[in-house]
Amino acid sequence: MVYAACLALSGMGLVAALSHLIGAVAPAEIVSPLGLPWIGAHFRLDALSAFFLALVSLSSGAASLYAVGHGREEREPERVLPFYPVFLAGMNLVVLAGDAFTFLLSWEVMSLASCALVMARHREEENVYAGYVYLVMASFSALTLLLAFGFMAGADGSYAFDSIRARMATASSTGVVLVLALIGAGSKAGLAPLHVWLPLAHPAAPSHVSALMSGAMTKVAVYAFVRIVFDLIGPPAWWWGAIVLAAGGMTATLGVLHALMQHDLKRLLAYSTVENIGIIFIALGLALAFRAYGLGSAAALALTAGLLHAFNHSAFKSLLFLGAGAVLSKTGARDMERLGGLIHRMPQTAFLFLVGCAAISALPPLNGFVSEWLTLQAILLSPQLPSWGLKLLAPAVGALLALSAALAAACFIKAYGVTFLGRPRTAAAEVAHETDRFSLVAMSLLAATCFIAGIVPSLFIDALAPVARSLVGDRMPAQFGLAWLTIVPIAESRSSYNGMLVFLFVAASGILAASVIHRFASHAVRRAPAWDCGFPDLNPATQYTAASFSQPIRRVYGSYVFRARERVDMPLPGELRPARIEVELHDLAWDWLYAPIARAVGAIADWLNPLQFRTIRQYLSLVFFALVVLLTGLALWS
Amino acid sequence: MVVMRDLAVQGAQMLIVLALAPLLTGFVRKLKARMLGREGPPIVQPYRELVRLMRKEAVLADNASWLFRVIPYMVFAGTWVASALVPTFATGLIFSWSADLIAVTALLGSGRFFVALAGMDVGTSFGGIGSSREAMIATLAEPAMIMIVFTLALLAGSTQLSALAGFMLSPAVGLRVSLALALIALIMVAIAENGRIPVDNPATHLELTMVHEAMILEYSGRHLAMIEFAASLKLLLYVSLIACVFVPWGLVSPRAAVSEYALAALAYLGKLAAGGFLLALFETSIAKMRVFRVPDFLGAALMLSLLGALLLFVSRSL
Repeated sequence: MVYAACLALSGMGLVAALSHLIGAVAPAEIVSPLGLPWIGAHFRLDALSAFFLALVSLSSGAASLYAVGHGREEREPERVLPFYPVFLAGMNLVVLAGDAFTFLLSWEVMSLASCALVMARHREEENVYAGYVYLVMASFSALTLLLAFGFMAGADGSYAFDSIRARMATASSTGVVLVLALIGAGSKAGLAPLHVWLPLAHPAAPSHVSALMSGAMTKVAVYAFVRIVFDLIGPPAWWWGAIVLAAGGMTATLGVLHALMQHDLKRLLAYSTVENIGIIFIALGLALAFRAYGLGSAAALALTAGLLHAFNHSAFKSLLFLGAGAVLSKTGARDMERLGGLIHRMPQTAFLFLVGCAAISALPPLNGFVSEWLTLQAILLSPQLPSWGLKLLAPAVGALLALSAALAAACFIKAYGVTFLGRPRTAAAEVAHETDRFSLVAMSLLAATCFIAGIVPSLFIDALAPVARSLVGDRMPAQFGLAWLTIVPIAESRSSYNGMLVFLFVAASGILAASVIHRFASHAVRRAPAWDCGFPDLNPATQYTAASFSQPIRRVYGSYVFRARERVDMPLPGELRPARIEVELHDLAWDWLYAPIARAVGAIADWLNPLQFRTIRQYLSLVFFALVVLLTGLALWS
Repeated sequence: MVVMRDLAVQGAQMLIVLALAPLLTGFVRKLKARMLGREGPPIVQPYRELVRLMRKEAVLADNASWLFRVIPYMVFAGTWVASALVPTFATGLIFSWSADLIAVTALLGSGRFFVALAGMDVGTSFGGIGSSREAMIATLAEPAMIMIVFTLALLAGSTQLSALAGFMLSPAVGLRVSLALALIALIMVAIAENGRIPVDNPATHLELTMVHEAMILEYSGRHLAMIEFAASLKLLLYVSLIACVFVPWGLVSPRAAVSEYALAALAYLGKLAAGGFLLALFETSIAKMRVFRVPDFLGAALMLSLLGALLLFVSRSL
């Protein structure tokens, strides 16, 4: 019931957002008397909000549809049902908010509701820890955003976005706001090194909530960044683009390398979200850099690429998380080392998951390729930038982008190959069966979105034109009218890509080859035991596992990035104990950033601990002295 | 009429790559054998192998899935389309704008993605070892390729192959450090992508040294034929790519006379022969390296290509 209602509401949201985006009508604004007494609550729907509303509605619609079927298997529905609609409402209200107060309030509703959902399976200790880390990071992110809005609103407290915009056009503290927004929105989105909560919290939630957290909530954080940096604060300085680019490049590569090392399917997907957020921020950083030098059309290209990747990622990541949820509910395992061979037992899920894997690995003709292609085209425009720092940074980030795309492909070969292909590694994987229809329809919708956005990207690029025009004052050339639905970002002599033709050519030549061979050569098939060079071993443990698949990559990159250490314990000849290999990986963000902070906080807490065991008189005098000190400070300062 | 003729040229290009790909493979094999002092199989041997394989029944492992049966055709089709998009004898073909060099790279990447999946489908240890190593090689070869594309695109102002070849024919090119770096890197990437010595050995029969061959170990019959055909097409593609970018002489522009086309086709054959000869010479004069030396080899390619692109960001004249 709850899920069906959510589905209907998401559908309505999607229709409303799309009609606004395509109709290109003037921004609609509602001021309701709720909220703070002297400002009320502003809600505003402009092109940017409409785009993100469409994105959130698509993800939440698919997740709700999935949950209609999947929710019946929930063991403790009362821990999920009340928070799920609140979480959806929070995300929608953030993108619709028209003043700082409403924005922050909705942001907190979204964070707390999702935190409650992360804790839904609270009996597992791991999830409680994930919820705790998430809560700390969410408070930190809200705090930095609060400070950012505090700077923007200034001393006179002009909280509505319109008055902030008017005020920031002349203000001087824009750099501070940029850094605060990058930290606040970036930690919610999963920008390295603030990503550490994400791979803990996203997998811990029920699968449809994981899909929403990865697919939609991180995009709401991207929205917050775009809204603040592109819209609210004035024209950018050159170094803004540089730090956003550097953060994006680092996040993309670190995220995907971490993803490759995982053997928990949902955690792998969560790390891959970190990677894609990095790609989005690379494009946004480029857009900022171009905009700083008034290169309007290049900025429009980069911004469109980033936002399109945000949309694409929300489609395929929701799809992959729902697929992982189907696998989890039918086999009870998230650990890939306990799965295998599911393509035989869950054929439809396997096909849809494959579409998601191909899309996220940026394979043509699916949608992930289009947005990464556009990002690369934007990087190719960066020699126009006059600043040397940016000129040298841009190709390096381009190399990181290409590296992370290639690593992502390796990562999803591993995810798909170990989970769905091969032979079942446990009895649970052997007896799994296909998931329910609602889930399949939800995943098919998302897979169809990936496919359509891949072969007719011009529709989606044109839909982003009003967003680009309102944010960077220029737009990409209109794409939809071009012959054969090609996309041409700058000029045809420069670059063009036609997903539909590529798809048609590949499909036609594949079918042609197959039919010619079947007709004229042979179509006989014989089944036999696997060949395996004459030594087939029937034990499924002889297959390659997730850990062994990533071993070469771990050896190539791991010693730098993770300080990976391998310990091999090989028994002497004649000994009967099994040989063991242990791998030790470090997340340097934990070791260098969080562990010292946590130690410092712990030490200060220990030091302040005696304050909790005073008598009432001592407390009263403490309060009195604190008041005196504060008032003295105020008197001296003013 | 004009459209018909453009279509005919495009169709001819698709058929030419299809017809020449096994020939190039056979030519390289023959040359290598002669250089090693053997007689070697006849040049047309790959055609015979393909026909024989197609006629045989396909033996599938008991637990091979539908994906395993579809992948050979997908890989073949993707590689065929990619190699038809690289100018061989003529630039500016009617569909040449439908994908640029980045998209061609990505098409080849999808081919590899699916072959690696096929390697894991039956669930044997050799398939897994091949897929895992291929994935590792790809993570370095693909970014290197993208950086080479960057270098070329920054020079020519385009990622379209026809425009690239046109620029390389124009007098604006000159001798450039960045182009030399890109050429070296491209050759290294091409060697790795095609699984040639010293990265991989296409003729190996020792399982532990195989990368590409290990992935396709379970294939037989027509499926194996498709995979082998795709591998020959890929070799042809890389030779054509190097030829079209670095020795573009002889390429004709669209709507040339028939005699010009014939000349261009002859020039193309000459370039293929030269490329095949150099490849055979290189392969016979070098030993295969250990798997974990490959990252150093490809890392060098990546650094060279990145350096080439960086030089162009610093100055357009380098």
